[in-house]
Amino acid sequence: MPVYTWRFRLVLLVLVALTGVVVARILYLHLLDDEFLQGQGDARSLRVSSIPAHRGMILDRNGEPLAVSAPVESIWVDPRDFDPAQPGVDKLAALLEMPYAKIRRLVEANRGKRFLYLQRHLTPQEARRVLSLDLEGLYSESDYKRYYPAAEVATHLVGFTNIDGEGQEGLELAFNDWLRGEPGRKRVLRDRLGRTIKDIQLLSEARPGQELHLSIDLRVQYLAYRELKAAVQQHKAKSGSAVVLDVQTGEVLAMVNQPSYNPNDRSRLKVAHLRNRATTDTFEPGSTVKPLTVAAALASGKYNPASQVDTRPGYIRVKNRTIRDHRNYGVLDVTHIITKSSNVGATKLALSIDAGAVRNMFYNAGLGQATGIGFPGERVGTLPHYSARRVVERAAMSYGYGLAVTPLQLAQAYLSIASGGLKRPLSLLRLDEPEPAERIMPEHVARQVLTMMETVTHQGGTGRRAQVPAFRVAGKTGTVHKVGSEGYEDDQYIAVFAGVAPVADPRYVAVVMIDEPQGQEYYGGEVAAPVFSRVMAGTLRLMNVAPDKLPQPLEQQLARN
Amino acid sequence: MNYRDFQRTLPEAASHLQRGRSLWSYTHLDAWLLIFLLALAGYGLFVFYSASGQDVQAVQRQLIRYGVAFGVMLLLACIDPRLLRRWAPWLFVAGLGLLVAVLVAGVGAKGAQRWIALPGLPRFQPSEVMKLIVPMTLAWFFAERPLPPRASHVLVVLVLLLIPTLLIAKQPDLGTSLLIACSGLFVLLLSGIRWRVIFAAAAVAGACAPLLWMGMRDYQRQRVLTFLNPESDPLGAGWNIIQSKTAIGSGGVYGKGWLNGTQSHLDFLPESHTDFIIAVLAEELGLVGVLALLAVYLLVIARGLYIAAQAQDTYGRLLAGSLTLTFFVYVFVNIGMVSGILPVVGVPLPLVSYGGTSIVTLMAGFGMIMSIHTHRTMVTR
Repeated sequence: MPVYTWRFRLVLLVLVALTGVVVARILYLHLLDDEFLQGQGDARSLRVSSIPAHRGMILDRNGEPLAVSAPVESIWVDPRDFDPAQPGVDKLAALLEMPYAKIRRLVEANRGKRFLYLQRHLTPQEARRVLSLDLEGLYSESDYKRYYPAAEVATHLVGFTNIDGEGQEGLELAFNDWLRGEPGRKRVLRDRLGRTIKDIQLLSEARPGQELHLSIDLRVQYLAYRELKAAVQQHKAKSGSAVVLDVQTGEVLAMVNQPSYNPNDRSRLKVAHLRNRATTDTFEPGSTVKPLTVAAALASGKYNPASQVDTRPGYIRVKNRTIRDHRNYGVLDVTHIITKSSNVGATKLALSIDAGAVRNMFYNAGLGQATGIGFPGERVGTLPHYSARRVVERAAMSYGYGLAVTPLQLAQAYLSIASGGLKRPLSLLRLDEPEPAERIMPEHVARQVLTMMETVTHQGGTGRRAQVPAFRVAGKTGTVHKVGSEGYEDDQYIAVFAGVAPVADPRYVAVVMIDEPQGQEYYGGEVAAPVFSRVMAGTLRLMNVAPDKLPQPLEQQLARN
Repeated sequence: MNYRDFQRTLPEAASHLQRGRSLWSYTHLDAWLLIFLLALAGYGLFVFYSASGQDVQAVQRQLIRYGVAFGVMLLLACIDPRLLRRWAPWLFVAGLGLLVAVLVAGVGAKGAQRWIALPGLPRFQPSEVMKLIVPMTLAWFFAERPLPPRASHVLVVLVLLLIPTLLIAKQPDLGTSLLIACSGLFVLLLSGIRWRVIFAAAAVAGACAPLLWMGMRDYQRQRVLTFLNPESDPLGAGWNIIQSKTAIGSGGVYGKGWLNGTQSHLDFLPESHTDFIIAVLAEELGLVGVLALLAVYLLVIARGLYIAAQAQDTYGRLLAGSLTLTFFVYVFVNIGMVSGILPVVGVPLPLVSYGGTSIVTLMAGFGMIMSIHTHRTMVTR
């Protein structure tokens, strides 16, 4: 038998051939196909991952934070790798404060997925504790969570973001693009489970969002909120709003509402509580617009503050309607129409001047128009235009019925009077310099109306309880019958007070509106005026405004010397 | 031979006896084969260190296995092949008994029963031992009969081969049963059966292919389908192949550097330290690394075939030839499967992949091959 038979050689040949095939295949994969496969290799492990951008803070005018983003960690699992039966899941459940059965159910229900949030927005410390359990298939990702230090006090204004950091309400929504910033992108090396192994390259920095400086003064905001809440509770009212404006700039210093909610814990949130009523809810302003009616009468040139108007016998028939005062005030001068809040007097003024004059004054003062704050959901109210022949409607409008305004619009109108007849666009953002104002009435008319409004807070006026010690306060009360299903209700009111201080050099306007106060007190002068008084007193004190009315005893002392 | 002749040969014989005092003669090791195998093991450990994710403990375990395996090789190299030849049929019967025992009372993992736990012995796979016993038995069978074999003998051998093959396929362990079938067929081939018998058998096998398909388990069919079109299910069954091809291809000529592969270390490559370890090698050491490994394998195979050709008796020639060719099939199937030209059957890369029994069996086989070479009678030297 030869050592190398032909059979043996054939076997060798086959071996060589097969080896050749393998070598050829390896060569093919390495050399010919390698670009594609190298790309595939990179495609499997290189990922572009986003870097969360820090959302800009919302600050009040003094730099106090109203909304801040804090770094948090979100815990997620890969349901295919995460075995709820593995040891340590009970500890996980305890740390996350989730029942073990819930974790199990969640994971079982999402078996087919590769990503499932277990708990979002843990503090970094909590997340470290969770991750130190070292469970298979459990990971965390970095994120930011929004916190609202002022909580319910400023929430209607500031609004809130959803869990993904997008603005949902209020200024968070209105200025979402400004606040949001741009998430960055980086190229990272990831393993099959999506864990980031190494940062390879920064493609673009995360551009943090920009800060938003509001015109709000948090101190005034707290004060207004506290007083409004106390009044709403005391009078068992349905809701309420208060607004404080800076006369010289048109900035909103405070804007508060009741009922409110805690934006940091929205689990028991009711939709009705979301409303920023000061700018999204309208009401009939009632007597609070009488100063504007008077201003229209004075501006017409037919009247001066001392002009006599006969309001006897306490009512007036306009067509088939009777318009009444509380009682028969007799012959009043124009000033006392405001002091006593005479509907008859206002009607007579309105019907004796140019047919469109009252409405024009209202419109120019901002009623029926946007205030300029650009708040989401802001309402412009209704200001109908009546022809000369519709005297009933024109008469009603003169004392504040048949139109609807927001508390903020009313405040803006008072700002025009306070600033000597200049209408300013309002702003929720801190302004470096006031925006250009527009003259809507002669300066002397505005001064005269302001002086008349001061009598409201004096002896014999309807708003004595709006007084602020050491300051001269001008204002106007309003007690409005609410509209029910069958016309005006007898026992449901809105109590309003709108006012300005100090009269010598007006600095602040405030409007307080309380909806449906229950009980014995329901007049604007009884319910809203005390709130106004405390808010305005606090504001003047906080802003270091010099008193324009020295206390009586001191004056007497000075007189004696 | 007469006395004079004997005297003439005596100095030569004596010199051989003198040389017999050398280490090689004592240990009955074949120097070349040993060198090649050590090179392979060393290279394998080097790659394994990276593939295991630099797990020193796993490397230590692998090292212990190599130690055991080389010990077994040493032992078998010392045993005269004629002794083992006499034991072959009894070992065969015992092996079959163990295979049946595995089916009845085996322990398993991942849906297959392959292990048996005998009291007093570590857990082991009887199918692994059969990789040696089957070619031994068939070689023993032919060694006692005239060659080329008669048809009836061929038939007997086929039956002898079919029984363990089917028992192992039943576990199920397609890879091992395939390798055992191959080792038996190599014995048949080398025994010198006629080509027309071979062709006829091939034809019958071809005709039986559909039957084989029907006999397969779902996951086995899935593997074949996946092999034919891996992209059909890239995240499921096709994942292994696509990932390993990607890993191989992304290595390029010189690779990404030892310990620097991304696909394997980032867990994209499945079974990276067992069956698919060559993908790690290809990614990290590139084409050069793969060709170097192939070269060492070919040296081992060449030496094995040389020993088979030099064997003095039928038993030695058939056994050494069959074991060497089976070793080649190991390498070919593993690389073929990882590089995507063969379906995925669970065949480890011999002497490199992680896994105890396979390394020990292979080295035992090489021990027998060495013993065949070193126990040749001096006369024909």
